[in-house]
Amino acid sequence: MSSTSLDDSPGLNRRQLLRMIGLTAGNAAMYQAMSSLGFAADSTYTGPINLQGAPKGASVLVLGAGIAGLVAAYEMRKAGYKVQVLEYNARPGGRNWTLRGGDRYTELGGLAQECQFDKDLYINPGPWRLPYHHRGILSYCKKLNVPLEPFIQINYNAYVHARKGFGGKPQRYREVKSDYQGQVAELLAKATKQNALDQQVTAEDREKLLESLRDWGALDKNFQYVAGQRSNERRGFERPPGGGLDARPEFSKPIGLSEILQSGIWQGIAFADEYDMQQTLMQPVGGMGRIGEAFGRELGDAIRYNAKITQIKQSDHGVTVTYEDTTAAAPAKGAPASAALTATADWCVCTIPLSILSQIDMNVGAPMAQAIAAVPYASAVKIGLQFKRRFWEEDDHIYGGITYTDLPIQNIGYPSNGFQDSGKGVLLGAYIWGMDAMEFTSLSPEGRVKRAIDQGGQIHPQYRDEFDNGISVAWHRSPFTLGCFGVWNEDTRGKHYDNLCQVDGRIVLAGEHASYIPGWQEGAVTSSLDAIGRLHQRAVAQGAGAKA
Amino acid sequence: MKKIHLAVALLAALGSVGAFADTPGVMKSPATSPATSASGADLYAHICQGCHMVQAQGATGAGKYPSLVSNPALKSADYVAVTVLLGKRAMPAFGKPVDPSFNFGEVHISDADVAEVVNFVRSHFGNQNADKITASKIETMPHPIN
Repeated sequence: MSSTSLDDSPGLNRRQLLRMIGLTAGNAAMYQAMSSLGFAADSTYTGPINLQGAPKGASVLVLGAGIAGLVAAYEMRKAGYKVQVLEYNARPGGRNWTLRGGDRYTELGGLAQECQFDKDLYINPGPWRLPYHHRGILSYCKKLNVPLEPFIQINYNAYVHARKGFGGKPQRYREVKSDYQGQVAELLAKATKQNALDQQVTAEDREKLLESLRDWGALDKNFQYVAGQRSNERRGFERPPGGGLDARPEFSKPIGLSEILQSGIWQGIAFADEYDMQQTLMQPVGGMGRIGEAFGRELGDAIRYNAKITQIKQSDHGVTVTYEDTTAAAPAKGAPASAALTATADWCVCTIPLSILSQIDMNVGAPMAQAIAAVPYASAVKIGLQFKRRFWEEDDHIYGGITYTDLPIQNIGYPSNGFQDSGKGVLLGAYIWGMDAMEFTSLSPEGRVKRAIDQGGQIHPQYRDEFDNGISVAWHRSPFTLGCFGVWNEDTRGKHYDNLCQVDGRIVLAGEHASYIPGWQEGAVTSSLDAIGRLHQRAVAQGAGAKA
Repeated sequence: MKKIHLAVALLAALGSVGAFADTPGVMKSPATSPATSASGADLYAHICQGCHMVQAQGATGAGKYPSLVSNPALKSADYVAVTVLLGKRAMPAFGKPVDPSFNFGEVHISDADVAEVVNFVRSHFGNQNADKITASKIETMPHPIN
């Protein structure tokens, strides 16, 4: 299934031009554009919420047991509300989810997979990392005793790979980053010395700039980035120094700047510089799903699972939610449909993804209804692959981190835990979004795994002999979300975001879709805390009068 | 301002897309050929099928993807075209945006491709609408802003 005919990228000259612009302006421009959309934004978490004075006997229905719903239920119950949670899945967590050996997953369309990973091995189909500044979600990990360990985002010995560069051979991140940075520093030093930057750089700063460029770029005494001790201390040696006789190092030669630029491989070196990806990142020990599971234990019977919501109605007196028990036996042919179940409460925190909520009969005002219908859901695919041994550690000396490639699989993620375990190991064999994700979604689960093996095998030839089994999750085929996360843009944010977040009568919405940190659990946490704070104010203001 | 927007747009289309949300870092694939129109069948298989399914039968979970099979809503080419161009609820807008400077992995297809895929679904999966929509007609229809 070639995508060439679908590729509408502009022609080569424009690409070359843009690469040059990208060298100087790319990241800053991207970051600016992203920030205006709420991407790469800091958390608004300021500390534990304190809901005081809940009206006696007041009740709340929480729809959805993902992170936003679980936070809302946990905090409102603590504040004295009677809380009931309705959840579509048979487990807590929503997209906070870990697939482990023995787990079954049936995607939309009915294709079922059983995870065949060995004990203690897993993938996180949804979120997989916790940035250190996501203080809200981290605070709940602490409160619920979910142990954390480092998530390795950046590994200098992992690969960057471009199909059109280096004969298709993957390059070590360490080498590409050092060589790019070194040669850019050399160019800048040359321009400085030729007085080309005199208008921008004062005479006072000139010598300091040169000195800093030598340091930053690992340049030699002549301000050149060449094969030698200095560059090799960054990019690594052809033959590393050792001990004893015959231990003298041999120097490796830098990759030319032109090949780094022309191959596009430079695109793979800056991801860990993004605010959201900067070390330290963390992960729960045993899988991201440990957070949802801990909330689930805490809330116990307050959560009703297997509940498919079909209607949400509010009146002056309360909220009534109609739902079906998805485990109930289908009625015999000709028999009346099984009776719909209902739940009622004074207030409602609705965390159902907008992809689904937009299809549910619900009486809110037109502004909120239009906002609910305005947010499409992103395509994303993750594929977990179990191998007979941890060859990436044993053969390639890659311990955690991510390999970036311009193949459709986009990323290979190496486990941050279990180093040097002698048993089997699991890689995140693909993490895909955009057009490639849509194409992978169209395949069967087995077809996705097969394609991940073929493509990943171009980077790690060991795939062919060592592959054991695999599992894939295509988020547009997820029965409980119909997509990965809510995609806002400048236009829709301007028109609809505030209307989505306002309390409407007795209903407030929460979730990553109601945040400026889309696709992150921190967005769900901060959205939920903000929503329940405002709903609580309204409940307190109405006091006993809220009761029917 | 227009110039600046254009530069950012093209960067977004071609430069490395920073890893926002808890999404992958994405390196753009090398461009292989200038834009050419794909067949409706190809477009359906690569893009639509992920949600609407192989036989266009749709699917149901907590929410649903509508079936396109023998669907009377497909009688109107304009309706189908606007749905593909602008999206609907969870369905993304696939039309070329008026201001493309905020693309973070969304998929946008050309007017010619919109016409191809509209004509394809309207004449397959039990739908028998003989009339065709053209790329030049698509061009006159509303497109997404971002």
